Amino acid sequence: MHFEPVIGLEVHVQLKTNTKIFCRCSTKFGAAPNSQVCPVCLGLPGVLPVLNERVVEFATHLALATQCHINETSVLARKNYFYPDLPKAYQISQFEEPFCEHGAITIHVEGQAPQKIGITRIHMEEDAGKSLHAESFVAKNETLIDLNRCGTPLLEIVSEPDFRSAREACEYLVKLRQIVVYLGICDGNMEEGSLRCDANVSVRPLGEAKLGTKTELKNMNSFRAVEKAIEYEIHRQEMVLENGGKIEQQTMLWDANRNVAEAMRSKEYSHDYRYFPDPDLVPIQIARDYIEAVARRMPELPDAKRHRFQSFFGLPEYDAAVLTETPDLATYFEKVAEDVNDKKLASNWVMGHVLRALKDHNDSIHTFPVTPRYLAEILQLLETKSISTNSAKIVFDECFRTGYDPKNIVEKQKLALITDDKKIDQAIDQVLDSNARDVQDYLGGKAKVFGFLMGQVMRATQGKAHPQTVQQALRAKLDALKNEKSTEGS
Amino acid sequence: MDLTTFDYQKLEDKIKTRELSCVDVTRAYLDKIEAARSLNAFISVYKNDALKRAEQVDKKIAANKAGQLAGLVLAVKDVLVVKGGRTTCASKVLSSFISPYDATVIEKLKAQDVIFIGKTNMDEFAMGSSNESSYFGPVKNPRDMDRVPGGSSGGSAAAVAGDLCVAALGSDTGGSIRQPASFCGVVGLKPTYGRVSRFGLVAYASSLDQIGPITKSVSDAARLLTFISGHDHRDSTSANLPVDDYMSYLDQDVKGLRIGLPKEYFAAGLDPQVEKPIREHIDVLQAAGAEIIHVSLPHTEYAIAAYYIIATAEASSNLARFDGARYGVRAQGVKDLEEMYIHSRTQGFGREVKRRIMLGTYVLSSGYYDAYYRKAQKVRTLVKDDFERALSDVDCLLTPVAPTTAFRLNEKLDDPLTMYLSDVYTVSVNLAGLPGISIPCGMDVSGLPVGLQLVGKPFDEGTIIRVADFLEKSH
Ligand SMILES: [Zn+2]
Repeated sequence: MHFEPVIGLEVHVQLKTNTKIFCRCSTKFGAAPNSQVCPVCLGLPGVLPVLNERVVEFATHLALATQCHINETSVLARKNYFYPDLPKAYQISQFEEPFCEHGAITIHVEGQAPQKIGITRIHMEEDAGKSLHAESFVAKNETLIDLNRCGTPLLEIVSEPDFRSAREACEYLVKLRQIVVYLGICDGNMEEGSLRCDANVSVRPLGEAKLGTKTELKNMNSFRAVEKAIEYEIHRQEMVLENGGKIEQQTMLWDANRNVAEAMRSKEYSHDYRYFPDPDLVPIQIARDYIEAVARRMPELPDAKRHRFQSFFGLPEYDAAVLTETPDLATYFEKVAEDVNDKKLASNWVMGHVLRALKDHNDSIHTFPVTPRYLAEILQLLETKSISTNSAKIVFDECFRTGYDPKNIVEKQKLALITDDKKIDQAIDQVLDSNARDVQDYLGGKAKVFGFLMGQVMRATQGKAHPQTVQQALRAKLDALKNEKSTEGS
Repeated sequence: MDLTTFDYQKLEDKIKTRELSCVDVTRAYLDKIEAARSLNAFISVYKNDALKRAEQVDKKIAANKAGQLAGLVLAVKDVLVVKGGRTTCASKVLSSFISPYDATVIEKLKAQDVIFIGKTNMDEFAMGSSNESSYFGPVKNPRDMDRVPGGSSGGSAAAVAGDLCVAALGSDTGGSIRQPASFCGVVGLKPTYGRVSRFGLVAYASSLDQIGPITKSVSDAARLLTFISGHDHRDSTSANLPVDDYMSYLDQDVKGLRIGLPKEYFAAGLDPQVEKPIREHIDVLQAAGAEIIHVSLPHTEYAIAAYYIIATAEASSNLARFDGARYGVRAQGVKDLEEMYIHSRTQGFGREVKRRIMLGTYVLSSGYYDAYYRKAQKVRTLVKDDFERALSDVDCLLTPVAPTTAFRLNEKLDDPLTMYLSDVYTVSVNLAGLPGISIPCGMDVSGLPVGLQLVGKPFDEGTIIRVADFLEKSH
C-alpha cells in the first residue's frame, strides 16, 4: 500500500526584546541562574502582569510578513498546569482569540513547484523557566530551577497540515527562520532554543481524504533533527499500518543520539489545561493605523529582497537566493555593489571568497576584516585593470589576515599593473625590434608566434602589465605592420 | 474621652496642633490591641515598627514636613503585602511568607505618613462571609463576642469597630468589605473595579477583587479613598482616569438626587429588623428632597450562582501557585513531585479554600466550561446591563447590605450554601464592577448593627459618599 504523510508544524520563536513579556527583567541569555528575576516573573503572591508593548509590535511584524489577518481584539488566556519551573502554575498564552490568523508562507522545494503553506494562527505567550536534573552539579533525586528564562516572550506559529514530506516541513522551517531573522525579532538559534519546533505527523492511504491519527513529535533541536525525526515517524506509522496495526494518538520524543522517537508516558501529557481569559490583563486592541504605522517600519522581507537583487542588480536567481539568505549578508553585498560597476563580479566574489572565508574561519560578517568598502576597493582595482585577478585574490587574503587597506597592500607588495598605455607601447616596440625574425614569421602566417611575442612583452614589463591590454595593443601593432606589408607588396 | 474612639477627622487636629503625638496615639492603640486579644482581630501586630514610625512622623510634624495622613493608625487586611512583614492570607500555606515588596496602596499610604499597626485576620484567602475560615481562628464581633464579625475582612472591621485602630484596609470580592462593616457597625467602601490598584493584593478572584477602606466615618473613607486611588502602571486593570477629591462630596445636601430602590433587594428573605431602619433612612432622604425611584434588577436571582462560578474559577488558578515548590508550606517525606504537590496543598489549605478550588477547577474543565464558566460570564453581562439600565435613570441605588445582622459563630459553618446565599445583596455589585458603600443605619432588637448600602455609577464614588455622609450626619 502507498501512504501519504500529512504534517503540520508548531514553531516557537523566542523574541529578541530587551525585557520580558510581563515584567521589566532582562532577557539576556547566559546570566547566572535566577539573577534575572523579580516578584512578577517569580509569581510571588500579589503581583500582576503588564504586557510589554514590544511583543505586540514584534507579533504585528510577523503577522504582516506572513499575510495573517490581525484580530482587532485578542485575548491573553491562562493555561493551567503544575510544574516547578512554572511559578504561577499557569502559563499566560492565547487560546480562543489569538493575535492573528489565516496567513501563508510560500516555500520552494528544489524540483517542485512553489507551494503556499497555510498559517493557522500566531499567538503570543510567555516561556517557562528551566529545570535542571542531569547536570553534574545537581544531586541525585534533586532538581534545581533557573527562572531567568521564565517570562521570556514567545510567538507560537501554527501551520496548517500542508506538508507532504519531511523535506517540505524543513524547507518551511528554514523559510520561517529566515523571516524572523530578517524582521529582527528572533536570532533563530535552534541549538540555544530560540527557535523550537514540534511536528504533528499522520499518514493515510494515498487518495484517502480522511486524515489518519496523528502523533506529536517533540524535542527536535536542529533542522537536521526535524527532518530525521519526521522521516522516522512517517516510516514508523507506515510500518504499523502495513502490519494491520493502529496509530495511537500520543506524544513522541526524538532522541538525537539514538535516532529514534519514543512515546512519552501518557501521564506526562494528558493535561486538561483549563484555559480561560486572564482577568489580570485587558484584551489586546489593535487599531488599523497602528498596523499601518508598524508596516511602514517593516524591514524588507527575504522574497522581496531576492526579487530586487534579480531585477535591480541583474543577478541570476541562484545568486540572489544565496546573497539574501541572511539580512546581514545581503546588506554586505549591497554595500559592495554600490561602488562596483560589475554587479555579477561583486556577486561572484561575495558568494565565493567571502562566504568561503567566513565558513573556514567560522567568522561573523559583522567582524569580517574585509569590509564592504575594502572589497569594493579590490573590485574597483580589478575593474580598472589596476591589478590582475591573481593579485586581487592575494590582496583579499592579505586584507582578511591583517585588516589593512587594499590600496596599501597593493603598494607594499608592488602588485599594481602598468596602466599607462605609453609604457606598454614602448615595451611592445622594444620586443618587436629585438625579435624582427619572429615578427616576420608571424606576418608570414605563423599565428603561433603571437604567444611568444606576448610572453616577451609580459617579461619586459615584469608581469605588471595587464595581459588583456597587452594582447590588444600587440595585436593592433602587428595588424598595422601586416597592413603596411601588404600595401608595400601591392 | 478615649482617643481610640476618634476618627481621623477628629484626631488630625489634635495631632497637627501637637496636642497629641503620634507616639501617644500609637501606644494607645497598641494597648487596646493587647487588651482585646480575645477578638483575634490581628494576625501580626507591628509593635516596635509602629512606634518607631510614629516617632519619625512626630519629627516630621515638628519640622512641618508631614504627609497628609500623618498619624493615621491603620490596620491592613493580611491579604495585602507589606514589605518585610508576614503576609499570610490567614492560611497555613503562607503562614511564614515574608513579602519582598510593598503593595501599591501601601506605598501610597506610606508616602502620606500613615502608621501601620498590623495585619488583620480574615477568612482564608478572603474566602468566606464570617471570618471563620482563618487558619488563625475566627474573629469575634466586638458588638457581641458570640457573633461573627462578617467576612472576609472580619479582622479589619472588628479592629475598627473595637477601636484597635483609626481605620483599616480591606478587600472586597463579593461583599468582603461591606458585609463585615455592616455586621460590626462601621463604614466600608468598595471602590469601582479599576479605581484602586490591585498590585500587591493577593488575588482571590482577579476580576472582582477591589481594595477599599473600613472606617469609623464616611469622611475618613472619602479621605483614604482619595489617597489610595489612581492609575498604576503595574496593574493593567487599573483605570487611567483622574481621581476625584472625594472630600469635596462631604457636607452636601441631597436635594434633587434620584435614588433608586431595586425591588428585588427588598423581597422575601430580608429580615424585617434589617428592613425597618433602612426604610427609616429612605424617609430621611425623601424628607430632605431626594426623589425615591423604584427600579428593577431582573437578573438578581442568578447573580450568586454566576458569582460563585466566576470567583472560584479564577481562584482555582490564582491559588495554584501555592504548591510548595518555591515558597510557603512544603510537605515533607514525599516520594515524588506529584506527592509533594498533593500533600503540600492538602496540608496548606483549609476546608473552604479546598472546596472553592475544586469547584473552580470543575467549572473550567473541558466539557464543563461552556455550561458553567461561559454561561456565568453571560449572566455577568446581563447583571451589568441591569445596573446600567437602572443607573441611567437614577444617581445611585440604595439597598440592604446583608439579609440579616451578624449571626452566631458556628451557626452556618456546616452549611456553606446558606452562607453563600447571604451574599445576595453584595455580589452583584462586584459582578458589575460598581462602587458600593456600607454605612451603619441602626440596630436590630438585640442591639446588633444594621448596614445600608449605596451603589453608584462606575467611578462615581463621589455621589455615594455624598449620600452616605448626609445620612451619617442625619443621626
Ligand atoms: Zn521579572
